[in-house]
Amino acid sequence: MASHEDVLRKVSSTLVEALNIDEDEIKPASTLAGDLGAESIDFLDIVFRLEREFGIKIPREELFPEVAQTSDIELLRDGKYTAKGLAELKKSLPFANFDDFEKNPEAALFGNLFTVDMIARFVQDKLVRSGKA
Amino acid sequence: MRWIWIDRFVEFESGKRAKAVKNLSAAEDHYAQHFPGYPVMPATLILEGLAQTGGILAGEANAFREKVVLGKINKARFSREFLAGETLEYEVELVHMRPEGATVVGKVLVEGEVAAEAEIFFAHLDQSRSKQAFGESNFVFTGEMKHLLDQARRAGATNHGTVV
Repeated sequence: MASHEDVLRKVSSTLVEALNIDEDEIKPASTLAGDLGAESIDFLDIVFRLEREFGIKIPREELFPEVAQTSDIELLRDGKYTAKGLAELKKSLPFANFDDFEKNPEAALFGNLFTVDMIARFVQDKLVRSGKA
Repeated sequence: MRWIWIDRFVEFESGKRAKAVKNLSAAEDHYAQHFPGYPVMPATLILEGLAQTGGILAGEANAFREKVVLGKINKARFSREFLAGETLEYEVELVHMRPEGATVVGKVLVEGEVAAEAEIFFAHLDQSRSKQAFGESNFVFTGEMKHLLDQARRAGATNHGTVV
């Protein structure tokens, strides 16, 4: 069974390939966009690589939930997620750590939810569900 | 200037692999500047040819419904210079296809030897930037590309019995 450390290591090496960064720049708490410099096209590339690396399928909605870009003002108003919007986000991204984001749920900071550890936990769950871990 | 950096498809296997050739001619404008007195094919244009080969392979896999655009080139390695008079063979293989895009790996061969390699990631414009409207017409696969596509179809039909 793949341990969290194993998955984390493999996710890190995938990010090294996708973002052309050094392994020692990557920490579990690093945010993909803010700390590691991932741009929108890189997110797609990362998803592609994770699928190949781990032999899993990652439907787009699972990592990029539509609620994140919603035009529904009950969920997202004046650039901030409402309590309802935040609850929807939490449901959509169960592996993200919302501790900081909750204090200031600005849509512009949404990308910070994507940390190396979050991706690793997401992947590990996929592996467990598909019987590969 | 015509922005076509491959001359002809010679092999085409739908959704899997393609091979195109490009003859380097001293008449191409870029040699005048790159470099004066020492004409070398710019590596970026070699990559463009490889990307055009791969982009058509990826586009054809979805019957050209998607606007396939070059997203990023993660790795590219060149082991020599490319000179006028040489014939380049662009070999690409489709390694990953999803609704949002595709990845190909490609090689450039000169006289049977690998002279460059690259991994190229393409995005499907409408799928990957869903909030942005680009209209109905597919501006990627139009005009000059059409001629090449016909060649690709012929190459596919001749070499692999694949009619695209």
